[in-house]
Amino acid sequence: MTTVIFKREFCSFFATPVAYVFIFMFLMLSGVFTFYLGNFYERGQSDLQPFFNFLPWLYLFLVPAIAMKSWAEERKSGTIELLITLPISCWQAVLGKFFATWAILGLSLILTFPLWVTVNYLGQPDNGSILAAYIGSWLMAGAFLAIGNCMSALSKNQVVAFILTVVVCFAFVLSGTTMVLSSLKGYVPAIVLDTVASFSFLSHFEAISKGVLSLKDIMYFVLVIFIWLFACHILVEQKKAD
Amino acid sequence: MIQITNLTKKFGDFVAVDNLNLEIKAGDIVGFLGPNGAGKSTSMKMITGFLEPSSGEIKINDKNLKAAPIEIKQKIGYLPEGAPAYGDMTVLQFLSFIADTRGLKKAQKKQKLQEVVDKVELQSVLNRQIDNLSKGFKRRVGLAQAIIHDPQVLILDEPTDGLDPNQKHQVRALIKNLSKDKIVIISTHILEEVSAVCNRAVIIAKGKKVFDGTPFELQSKSKYNQALNVEFEGQLPDISQLKLAPGVTDVVQRTDTMISILSHESYGNIFPQIMDLIHLQGWSIKAMYNEQGQLDDVFRELTQEVA
Repeated sequence: MTTVIFKREFCSFFATPVAYVFIFMFLMLSGVFTFYLGNFYERGQSDLQPFFNFLPWLYLFLVPAIAMKSWAEERKSGTIELLITLPISCWQAVLGKFFATWAILGLSLILTFPLWVTVNYLGQPDNGSILAAYIGSWLMAGAFLAIGNCMSALSKNQVVAFILTVVVCFAFVLSGTTMVLSSLKGYVPAIVLDTVASFSFLSHFEAISKGVLSLKDIMYFVLVIFIWLFACHILVEQKKAD
Repeated sequence: MIQITNLTKKFGDFVAVDNLNLEIKAGDIVGFLGPNGAGKSTSMKMITGFLEPSSGEIKINDKNLKAAPIEIKQKIGYLPEGAPAYGDMTVLQFLSFIADTRGLKKAQKKQKLQEVVDKVELQSVLNRQIDNLSKGFKRRVGLAQAIIHDPQVLILDEPTDGLDPNQKHQVRALIKNLSKDKIVIISTHILEEVSAVCNRAVIIAKGKKVFDGTPFELQSKSKYNQALNVEFEGQLPDISQLKLAPGVTDVVQRTDTMISILSHESYGNIFPQIMDLIHLQGWSIKAMYNEQGQLDDVFRELTQEVA
């Protein structure tokens, strides 16, 4: 049944301009980030570091936009009553919706292949680590999306869902930056500081962006996805009739 | 069979459904009546598994809804209030999605889709987006999704709301033509609908059941049931004489030119004697007939007692 929901959700993104606009913006911005802000040519290195380094920031604003409608719209239009009374468990619906948005992100990442072609044309990059970085990027997208789906279940209003998602994701991204950590240093014990840092998407993505896909980082993102989807499931159950 | 025992739903302090007991057998077409906010929709939402009851139990085919929700949901077809549907899909995509969730596959799915499209007459809009359909068509799409898997239990929340008289007639005919061993529950504001399609009427007010019986029994609760109506030609004459006739308990003026004569049950038909009296007085009348009773009055009486 998850696949039935997945199919409907995935197709509905393409029935409206949402998916096309999203993918177009994703590709355009990733190009801008890579070539202008990332100094792709000036670095003189044949890898995709500039692209992957900016990815969390790109996700921060684009992923909430694709996740915001998943539950908010169901509740607003009343179709949630239809969905829940079909012989589908709530988990299947949550997963179906999540995977549909995750697939869109996967597709967007695949469509950045011209970058990969370019870097292969210009030099001899380590394609294994590029693949690893892509897989890691997709995993991180899942974490952003799980948060977005959960926030979408929280509010009937898509704009509210969008803003909440940006805020929560921002906290997760930012918690690993030196800015946050140095401001906390001295005020809190080291263990708290380590905990805050370990929650960060950035610190877990850092190695991934260089092509090092460690089990620890994979587990972190899988766990984040699972926990937020679990929260999403609870919220849907509780708020479906509001 | 549906068994509902001590069903209660509270929203904070507000009691939406209050200790509802109901048993519905196969073949019953139940008209669920009540004023706005009486708890009709809330009850239906609980039976379909959308809302969890605060207390009480719902059993369908001797299975507890709480224990086997998916299994029971497979047997139910449900049209929620307002017939919500995914507006960005076409009618065909939407019905195909519903058929998938109902576990229909390949040839069987194709056949069921064809059947339901014919039954509800959706051929002309199959490839149009649901968002762009008229209200009547949207309602029919909702109905189609509810009956596509030939459910044992059909629950329709205001299926004819917002439809024109032709469409109403069509929907009623459709409900009547469902096979005889099914359970159908229809909520409605329209009292005539109950006499037209249902063989059982249940009225709730303030979350409590105030009436449960056949539509005929409901009608016979009216004080005008079996009343004799007389329509006069022109002005109403002095009718005080009528009140004195044997068996007559009351004479009520209904309009400028029409009266209702209420008689005592034990008197049987007072038609002939009133006829004689009118002849004797030389009154000219337009019409004279027995009334079935005013459902509106009964409804108001029953639901206001509680309020």
